[in-house]
Amino acid sequence: MKYIEEFQDPELAQRLLDDIRATVTRPWALMEVCGGQTHTIIRHGIDQLLPDEVELIHGPGCPVCVTPLEVIDKALEIASRPEVVFCSFGDMLRVPGTDRDLFRVRAEGGDVRVVYSPLDALRLAQQNPDREVVFFGIGFETTAPPNAMTVYQARKSGIRNFSMLVSHVRVPPAIEAIMRSPDCRVQGFLAAGHVCSVMGVGEYPELAEKHRVPIVVTGFEPLDILEGVRRAVRQLEAGTHTVENAYPRAVRPEGNPAAQAMLADVFEVTDRSWRGIGVIPDSGWRLSGRYREFDAEQRFAVGGIQTREPAACRAGEVLQGLLKPHECEAFGTICTPRTPLGATMVSSEGACAAYYLYRRLELPQARVNAAAAGEASPVV
Amino acid sequence: MSDTIERPPAEQPDLTAWTCPLPLRDQTRVVMGHGGGGVMSAELVDHVFAPAFGGPLLAGLGDSAVLELGGARLAFSTDSFVVRPLFFPGGSIADLAVNGTVNDLAMSGARAAYLSCGFILEEGLELSVLGRLAEALGAAARAAGVEVATGDTKVVEAGHGDGLYINTAGIGLLPPGVDLRPQRVVPGDVVIVSGAIGLHGVAIMSVREGLEFGACVESDCAPLGGLVEAMLAVTTDLHVLRDPTRGGLAAALNEIAGAAGVGVVVQERRVPVPAPVAGACAMLGLDPFYVANEGKLVAFVPREHAEAVLAAMRAHPLGAEAAVIGEAVEAHPGMVVARTGLGGTRVVDLPLGEQLPRIC
Amino acid sequence: MCLAVPGRVLRIEERDGTKMADVDFGGVIKEVCLEYLPDLEVGEYAIVHVGFALQRLDEESARRTLELFAGLGILQEEFGDPWEAAVAMGRTAGGAETGVEEVRR
Repeated sequence: MKYIEEFQDPELAQRLLDDIRATVTRPWALMEVCGGQTHTIIRHGIDQLLPDEVELIHGPGCPVCVTPLEVIDKALEIASRPEVVFCSFGDMLRVPGTDRDLFRVRAEGGDVRVVYSPLDALRLAQQNPDREVVFFGIGFETTAPPNAMTVYQARKSGIRNFSMLVSHVRVPPAIEAIMRSPDCRVQGFLAAGHVCSVMGVGEYPELAEKHRVPIVVTGFEPLDILEGVRRAVRQLEAGTHTVENAYPRAVRPEGNPAAQAMLADVFEVTDRSWRGIGVIPDSGWRLSGRYREFDAEQRFAVGGIQTREPAACRAGEVLQGLLKPHECEAFGTICTPRTPLGATMVSSEGACAAYYLYRRLELPQARVNAAAAGEASPVV
Repeated sequence: MSDTIERPPAEQPDLTAWTCPLPLRDQTRVVMGHGGGGVMSAELVDHVFAPAFGGPLLAGLGDSAVLELGGARLAFSTDSFVVRPLFFPGGSIADLAVNGTVNDLAMSGARAAYLSCGFILEEGLELSVLGRLAEALGAAARAAGVEVATGDTKVVEAGHGDGLYINTAGIGLLPPGVDLRPQRVVPGDVVIVSGAIGLHGVAIMSVREGLEFGACVESDCAPLGGLVEAMLAVTTDLHVLRDPTRGGLAAALNEIAGAAGVGVVVQERRVPVPAPVAGACAMLGLDPFYVANEGKLVAFVPREHAEAVLAAMRAHPLGAEAAVIGEAVEAHPGMVVARTGLGGTRVVDLPLGEQLPRIC
Repeated sequence: MCLAVPGRVLRIEERDGTKMADVDFGGVIKEVCLEYLPDLEVGEYAIVHVGFALQRLDEESARRTLELFAGLGILQEEFGDPWEAAVAMGRTAGGAETGVEEVRR
């Protein structure tokens, strides 16, 4: 595909790698914020190709992973209602709530559907006026504008049998929280390119200056990741900490003003709990007053559900870069993609699942054996 | 506005109590993933069917069984078809019903001779639709050179089926000297795929509710008996064949690696992926290795025969794009590893259940 | 987060009062909402996420970025010392001609 294949070219990748190798003189820890970037890194084996000095810490940028258990439980509760058609992006279906997941709800008779776009859910609401259609509105700043537009259109067209369970999260407050953590090891950030396609880069110079970290806006293909790493390493070696845009084909400094205006109308900033991390101030969006009638949490009165997270899951430490997935006692033993304790093991771009799927080869053999025994499939 | 619901913390699965065969862990009901051809499907067979049925033949767990009956070696297979929608670009459920079973037999080296065909019809199905499917089934059987010898029809109440389901079973004669089993695979065997992957899965997705997209992609649904015969004409000493249907190439390679106790290394860039398959997968966040095929096979061939077998495949219309994609190795037994285009490696795991479009 | 892919606009039309387009992703055509990029034109590429065009793909910029990558090794060969080559790249990398803009407050 044009503009994808060119950015996977092995020869150019080698040139970028050579340049990184020639530049780096000592160890640096970089965090790629976005789960999509983690996916690219692990899927293409980029972390294996980088010089040993460059460590990539996988950040909390997977919306599926950070959606709090409590919201999942609310989703399960709503999806179980007989009058509800519950629509979700595909990868949310396998995320475990306290005692089941959306697949289980479907097996128990719930009407749970996978949609590609939130507009598909709105269309279902129009086609089924006697049903309550609920869309699970999760995601970062990239996914928020599509969801905002959908609620806006529902209101404009007077579609009353549509509502949204909103659990949107914002990246800059998460970067701020990570940098404030006393154990923080991150020395530079690869910022999420598609978040910046929408929001622009205006929020980052202050963060870079305040915490004295380089922030490189980075794309999602292998060459984009390598270029992000190359620019971050060069800044670290030179002792600078500015914001750079290494993804200019898709990111303008001002972002997408129309999308930002819609976000400001439909959503308002709120504190948000991140699974495994806890509450980060101002890190989320909820529906604003004008659109509150489309809030599924209110419509189905599930606001009171409160849930505790399992203690054995150390996803919070993984998401903060304090722990590598395979260093967790539960990894590959009681926690596998089949029996995930936390969401980082569920979504294919959760750091734990990515390690489990793609990196078992290098992990200690005992762990691999234990994992395989638990899978009941002939993996050993 | 509502009551506060206090929930106990989630109970952790106790794997120390997990021995074979036991009831399925943490599932009390069948979910869609049990039919996905991945880990969960394997669990159903391992923990529900195999212990209940006993029988040494089922233990082979191939797509078809090889039987000795009255001095003849027969291959015997059955498959059920529940695809939605009934018609899709490049074929229909009827084409799948014939070719699916014909291909299962072909993977054991047998040319299908006779099929049985069971229809489960939903009340309200239009007779014209049934007529079209019957025509398609007959045409597919003629194309595959197989005769529908017996059949059955049942009707279920409206709302209890997706229009219609088809089950077929097939039987065919195994040529002498042919013994295709994963257990025969040895390190050094060359892995060949017969053509471009992912076409059937993408064609189906393109017409599935909620995902619809326009695509110049047709299902690759085709009978593989002729291609297999052409390969066996080069040498009967092929080690194993698989048609990478549900779970795609990843599932087929994992099954073979697991049963053979060898590692498999795939050169990712050598696997033929057509542009529209790559496009659909990029758009939906899917991996082409896991997308279904209905007219492709993957072969493990002794190194000394690889070149001749590849040439024979390329001379056949259904193998024109055949390619060597990797090899069996001694390292990491049971595991499939891809060498990425950039020179890294990743484990290609058995898919868990159904592949889900992802947003991130 | 945010699986967004570049696609080429084939056709634009109003559907139910909403600006929509047929977008081509390597031979796969999907209906995409253009409300956030109303001035996008047929033939242009956009970054699409869950059925919405979120940003125009700047083809010129993509070309320059690839040129920059292709130039990396060549500069190194010319300069001999890789560190000096990197420094030299740094001196030229600020401007738009290399495809990488530096953003300062």
